Amino acid sequence: MKICITSQGEDRASNVDPRFGRCAHFCFYDTESGDYRFEPNEFAAGVGGVGVQTSQYMAEQEVGAVLTGQVGPNAFKTLNAAGIEVYPNAEGTVESAVQAFLAGEFEKTGGPTGPARHA
Amino acid sequence: MTISVASGKGGTGKTTVAVGLALALEQQVQLLDCDVEEPNSHLFLQLGPESRSSEDFSILVPRIDDDKCTACGLCSSFCEYNALARLKDKLLVFDNLCHGCGGCKIVCPEDAITEVPWPIGKLVSARVPGVDLLYGDLNSGEVLAPPLIRAVKRQIGGSASEGPGGTEASGGPPVIIDSPPGTTCPMVTAVKDSDFSLLVTENTPFGLHDLELAVQVLSDLDMPMGVVINRADIGRSDVEEFCRKKNLPVLMRIPYSREIAEFYARGESIVAADPDFRRHFQEMYSRIEALVAEEGQKP
Repeated sequence: MKICITSQGEDRASNVDPRFGRCAHFCFYDTESGDYRFEPNEFAAGVGGVGVQTSQYMAEQEVGAVLTGQVGPNAFKTLNAAGIEVYPNAEGTVESAVQAFLAGEFEKTGGPTGPARHA
Repeated sequence: MTISVASGKGGTGKTTVAVGLALALEQQVQLLDCDVEEPNSHLFLQLGPESRSSEDFSILVPRIDDDKCTACGLCSSFCEYNALARLKDKLLVFDNLCHGCGGCKIVCPEDAITEVPWPIGKLVSARVPGVDLLYGDLNSGEVLAPPLIRAVKRQIGGSASEGPGGTEASGGPPVIIDSPPGTTCPMVTAVKDSDFSLLVTENTPFGLHDLELAVQVLSDLDMPMGVVINRADIGRSDVEEFCRKKNLPVLMRIPYSREIAEFYARGESIVAADPDFRRHFQEMYSRIEALVAEEGQKP
């Protein structure tokens, strides 16, 4: 399964970005191969509806789960409709978040964890 | 003639000036309160709720026919506001992000989109001697002020006449627009197509800073403008200096006065507080007419 961790930087020692839609980078981690791939979030500076846009991108990338800080209602609705599991309240480095996820220490959420932010 | 009363900073006295001007003029005027997020001109006209009539105002938002939709994604990539999300085999609609432009319906090759009304506010009208008041009242939680502001402005002249000089040519009454504060889309939507903008400010660093922004925006719109300084006898003098430098006429100075504040607190206009103000507003209107005529003669 491919998972996406929202990241503040471009390597696995970077901290998890607490924002979902407007995170600085995406880290895609493949649970089978153990590969990490980082890319900048080109939607981060969008005017509005960024949570929707980022979620749609997650679906296009065929991500199965998202590890992040907080997720708003529009993003959650989109991720949920795409069948993507959402694991909020991730913190520390990207690598430690992945290890914690693999160890089953995360709990997925059944709803948004924060309010919609229009701008 | 259409005069918009604007400001960068909020709370400088736009409504005081707009209502004062409307009440001071001898002829019947249209007063349009376009500050739809917080309309308050009506508070100064001694209106009862029974004297107002209102109708709902809606924008149109899309609905997808899942049987026809092929999830091609043309609509979601067209939408600048990300109100449509394409997933593998379906489309999601976010009414709260939609700006009601109707573009998704136009680009859909499968004719799978219909539109339904989404109420965002009310259009209210009322009449007192000398003033026809029209205003928009955006529902709490809604963010789309510009469509409602445009709906208020479509009432200008009671007919289809719009645009610079439109009301003048059709012999309509003077139109006074109370604009929202700031310099973003709602303000631009409110002042656009006016013949003249009055910028109300105060002698404070914030007042000057936001006046500078408003002047920049109105200059880009090629809008003739003048300045009213409220509470003019207190604060710093930078605003006057700025107006001199920019060649902006200061058309009125309203003093810092307990009496005006007391009338304001009771919901009465400045022209009721001080009869001299009726004359000041009439003189200002004449000066604006002259400035607009001058502008009209420029090549």
